[in-house]
Formats: sequence, structure tokens, C-alpha cells
Amino acid sequence: MSQTPVDSSKRTWLIASSCAGAVGGVATAVPFVSAFQPSEKAKAAGAAVEVDISGLKPDEKLTVEWRGKPVWIIRRSKEQLAELPKLDSQLADPESKRHPDEFTPPYARNEWRSIKPEILVVVGICTHLGCSPVDKFVPGPQPSLPSDWQGGFLCPCHGSTFDMAGRVFKNKPAPDNLEVPPHMYLSDTRLLIGEDKKA
Amino acid sequence: MAAYREFKEISPNASAGAKLTNWLENRFPTAFDAYKVHMSEYYAPKNFNFWYIFGSLALLVLVIQIVTGIFLVMNYKPDAAKAFESVEYIMRDVPWGWLIRYMHSTGASAFFIVVYLHMFRGLLYGSYRKPRELVWIFGCAIFLALMAEAFMGYLLPWGQMSYWGAQVIVNLFSAIPFVGPDLALLIRGDYVVGDATLNRFFSFHVIAVPLVLLGLVVAHLLALHDVGSNNPDGIEIKGPGKPVDDKGHPLDGVPFHPYYTVHDIFGVSIFLFIFSAVIFFAPEFGGYFLEYNNFIPADPLKTPNHIAPVWYFTPFYSMLRAITSEMMYALIACVVLGAGFGVLKAKLPGFIKGGIVVAAVVAIALMLSIDAKFWGVVVMGGAVIILFFLPWLDCSPARSIRYRPGWHKWLYAIFVVWFVVLAYLGTQAPSPVGERVSQVGTLFYFGFFLLMPWWTRLGTPKPVPDRVTFKPH
Repeated sequence: MSQTPVDSSKRTWLIASSCAGAVGGVATAVPFVSAFQPSEKAKAAGAAVEVDISGLKPDEKLTVEWRGKPVWIIRRSKEQLAELPKLDSQLADPESKRHPDEFTPPYARNEWRSIKPEILVVVGICTHLGCSPVDKFVPGPQPSLPSDWQGGFLCPCHGSTFDMAGRVFKNKPAPDNLEVPPHMYLSDTRLLIGEDKKA
Repeated sequence: MAAYREFKEISPNASAGAKLTNWLENRFPTAFDAYKVHMSEYYAPKNFNFWYIFGSLALLVLVIQIVTGIFLVMNYKPDAAKAFESVEYIMRDVPWGWLIRYMHSTGASAFFIVVYLHMFRGLLYGSYRKPRELVWIFGCAIFLALMAEAFMGYLLPWGQMSYWGAQVIVNLFSAIPFVGPDLALLIRGDYVVGDATLNRFFSFHVIAVPLVLLGLVVAHLLALHDVGSNNPDGIEIKGPGKPVDDKGHPLDGVPFHPYYTVHDIFGVSIFLFIFSAVIFFAPEFGGYFLEYNNFIPADPLKTPNHIAPVWYFTPFYSMLRAITSEMMYALIACVVLGAGFGVLKAKLPGFIKGGIVVAAVVAIALMLSIDAKFWGVVVMGGAVIILFFLPWLDCSPARSIRYRPGWHKWLYAIFVVWFVVLAYLGTQAPSPVGERVSQVGTLFYFGFFLLMPWWTRLGTPKPVPDRVTFKPH
């Protein structure tokens, strides 16, 4: 076998056809990998949701589905709003400066993270691994929560805690505050989730 | 390529059976050779003990899962609107559907019990040591494929735990810097876990992963039969200088068939006793095999108050939860200690020491700049991946625990205890105490493996015998 002289022209063609075959193989992989992407139907399904909040009482939460995710609308009490600035030192990102474009639109970059101070609108999905946190509005010591708890949310999966503005506490697995979705008021009591004035 | 074989003639007076066998052997000799190589002339050490049943049992459970799976697919509907209902339909309306479904769901847990014990056997007797590294690596790949299979299968009933478990695990991928969110999108096929996700998981669960699994099982067995089985004494029975009979077969071995096939029937009977007892009397197994929340249809708007993976994932899940931003400082301290030790104490050339320092600085910079969430994922993945390296981490002079220093047994016992503690904590709701304990457990788990090159060299091994320890009964 080793005595046979190398036919360099044959070798060139072998290399060339192998390369052509590899290119063909990669090209064939493209449609298969692309088929994993969301379908056109899934991409189109992100329509905005209109909500009537006239019946929402203080300390009450309304959950609506937007893009398959829960969006919470909560009317906070005066006491809860007054409590927010006092918590700043215990929070990971009190002023929502981390990834503001993803989590906090410009109109919510304030101390209560909302357009109207008392109405909080957030996506109820923990920024850690996507569980939906549970309401822990009642202040005071209780299981899985610190004894000076002032009301907020607890993620049941990995124990992240959020205050009444959806801001995450320090030393918790969740890195970011709860996402404020794009939203706008159509009237005093009608809220549109999924679109804002800028867009 | 098989050499040309002489066509064998048989006497016209031979029995019909012998004629048929001869006819087949002339046309398909490969099957007859395989039977000899893998069954009637595969010599396995004669001193196998209790621990050696789990490989055969794993094969049995694989068959149970494939057969029951085929029947479940006949009535299951991979559609987010119908999946939960179709599972209930199987349970209530399909004749014997409940039995087939419980066999499949109990089979999943049984698979992991059997595989964990099978792997622990490998750990005890050093079955992964040279020349069996590939047997072990194929085995670890099987374990990984099994985890993928179990995870994707768990989404199919479309209950609350199915949904939120998938949500959490898919979101793990989005923790990877830069490509993470797009990767999670590719896995889900939608912006949230939904119908597209259910359909693709179904496809993977019933076609793709089982094919890979079967291929790996074949590779695992072929590689095993090429190098021969290890045994509780951790010594070879075949090879130069090993005692053989007049036909050249090892004196310390017995043919797999009929000795171990018959022997395994006994183990299989005991296994089926226990398996049936669970299926008929405790198919949910107190919420460990089938979680109670999974009897509630998936609700994308509400996470159950307590969510935990199925028991077989919980040790790794605990390690994921253990990585908080505080824990990162402990891990950085470990990197500093490790690098310091490498530079100051180890006998290595200067450029390697320089490399260690650079690598440590880069690692620390990354650990400080990327979220703890990502490192949790790395730790969870690393806990499985580290097993692949066991053949090179274990440097003990004696393979089997029998001839290693006595305190090794205690170390293995502590390792098992920590593994069980981590598993238990993973089933529980997060708590500050549980978090600390799981952090210590995570450090122990990785310490056990990463420090193996050091601690396995300590102490004096006991004398290793030339022949296997065996008392005929």
C-alpha cells in the first residue's frame, strides 16, 4: 500500500469533494436547526391586552395573561408606598439600574416603579428561573421570610423575595427586579398591556 | 469484514431442528458468533456478588419502559389542550391503561434506583479503572441520556409540576451569558413553555433520546465484553499469567450463559416483587414517584406553592440552589486555595505555574462578573460531568474498596450520606438552614471528586490476592 505513489490530482479532488460535501451537510442542517425556532404563528401571538381596573381595591391583585405570562396589576396602599424607600438598603437594585431596557421602561424608572404611584404592573415571573412568585402582602414574620417582612412576593422555587415594587432583595438567587411590561393608560381605569406610547 | 466461510453440509439423517440450525448458520453466522461471544462463551468472574445484579436489572427496566411506552403513545395526545385529559383517559377508560401507565411512571423511578446502585457498585470496586474507562464513559453518557429522557417525559402529562419543572429547567439555559436567552427560545420553540415545547419534547422522548440510549447501551455492553467484567476483588481474571483450564478459558470465570443468566433470574424475580408491590399499592410513592401537584392541569399563571423536581434529580437540584452570591465567595476562596497550593507546593515547571495563576485570575474575574445564577447551572452540570473523569481522578493503588485503606469505606459512607442529604433537601422548600447545609454538601461532593488524586494515594493498601475470593456453595 505504501509503495503506491500518491496520485496528487486524485487527492485534490478527494479534498475538494469532501469540502463540498461538508458545505452541503452544514447547509442541510440550517433548516433543521431553524425549525426549532418559534413559528410565525407563535411570533404573531403577542397581541396587547386591555384591562379594566376600576374594580381593583387597595391591596388587591388582578392577574391577566399576556404572551402566555401572568401580568399582575396591584393597587398598593399609601402605607406600602411609604415603606418602599426605607427598603433601599436591603435591595439588590433599588433604583432599577441593572438592564433597565429589559426590565424597567423609562416611565417606570421611579421609586415606586409605575406610572401611577399606587398601581403596580409587573410580569409575575421570577427573574431567576421563571417560576411565578406568590403573594406575601401581609407584613410580619412568617415561614421562609425574614422577621421584619414588610409585604411583597416570595418565589416558591428558590426563595427569592421581592418588595411591593417588584424589587429583588439582596443575596437571593434572582438577579433582577420583576419585569415591568410595556403598558399605558387608555383612560383612568383602562389599562393596555403590551404597548406603550413610545411604540 | 468476515472471512469467507466454508458452507457446512449436514447429514441427511439429521433431525429437522439440526437441519434448520445448519441452514440458518450458513446464512447468518454473525448471530451465532454473537451468541458465543456475548453469552455462552463470555467468561465473567465467578465471584460476582449482590451488587452485580443492577446492570441486568437496568436492561430489564429499559425493556419495560420501551414496551409500556409504545402502548402509552397509542392513546396519548401531545397537545397542550388535550395532553392532561388524554393521560386521565388512559388511567380511567383505556382497558388496563392505569397499569401500563403506572408501570411506565414507576419504571422511571426504578430506572434511576437501579442505575444509581449500578454506578455505586462501579465506585466501590473501581470498575472504571484502566482498561474499562470507556465502559464507564458510555455508562455516564447513558446516565445523561436517561436524565434527558426523564425530564422530557415528565412534561408530557402536562400537570402543574410538568409545566413549572420544564419552565425552571429550560430557563437554566437562559442563564448562559450571551447565547442563553436565544438558546432557551430554541428549546421552547415559543416565548413561554407551550404547545410547541410539548410537541418537541414528545418527539425527543419517544424517538430521539431512546435511539441514542439504545446505541449507548450497545456500546456500553460491547466495550464491556471487549475488556471483560471487573469483580469485587478488582483483579483481572483474563490475560497473561492468569490461570486457565485445558481449553484456555479462565479458571476464575464462568460462562455468562447459563451461569449468570440463571443467577439473574433470581434477582429479576426479587426486583419484580418489589416493582409490582409499588405499582399496585403505592404507585405515587408518597408523592416521590408522581408528585401530587401533577394531578392538577398546567396553569401558566400560577406556580404551585411548593415545587421540586422528582426525587432522582434532587441532589443536583440542591446543588443548583446552593449557589447564591454568598456561596460565590466560598467558591472563589476554593479557587484561590487550589491555585495557591498548585503554585507553592506542587512540583511543576514554571510555565505551568504561570498558567495556573492566569487561569485562577481569569476564573475569579468571571466568577465576580457573571451572576451566581449562571454558576448554579455550571455547578449542577459539573456535578454530573465530573463523573466522566473518575477513571483519571482515582489514583488508588488498589482498585477494589476491599483492599483499600479501611477509612476509605468511611469516606464512601459519608459521601453517600451527603448525597442522600442533598437529595432530601432538594425535595424541601427553600430555607436558610437547608441552604447552608446544601452548600456544605456541595463543597463535600466536589471535594470528594476533585481531591481524589490526593486522598486516594494516602494510606497503605492491603495485599491484593492473585485469585478471586470465591467459596463454592
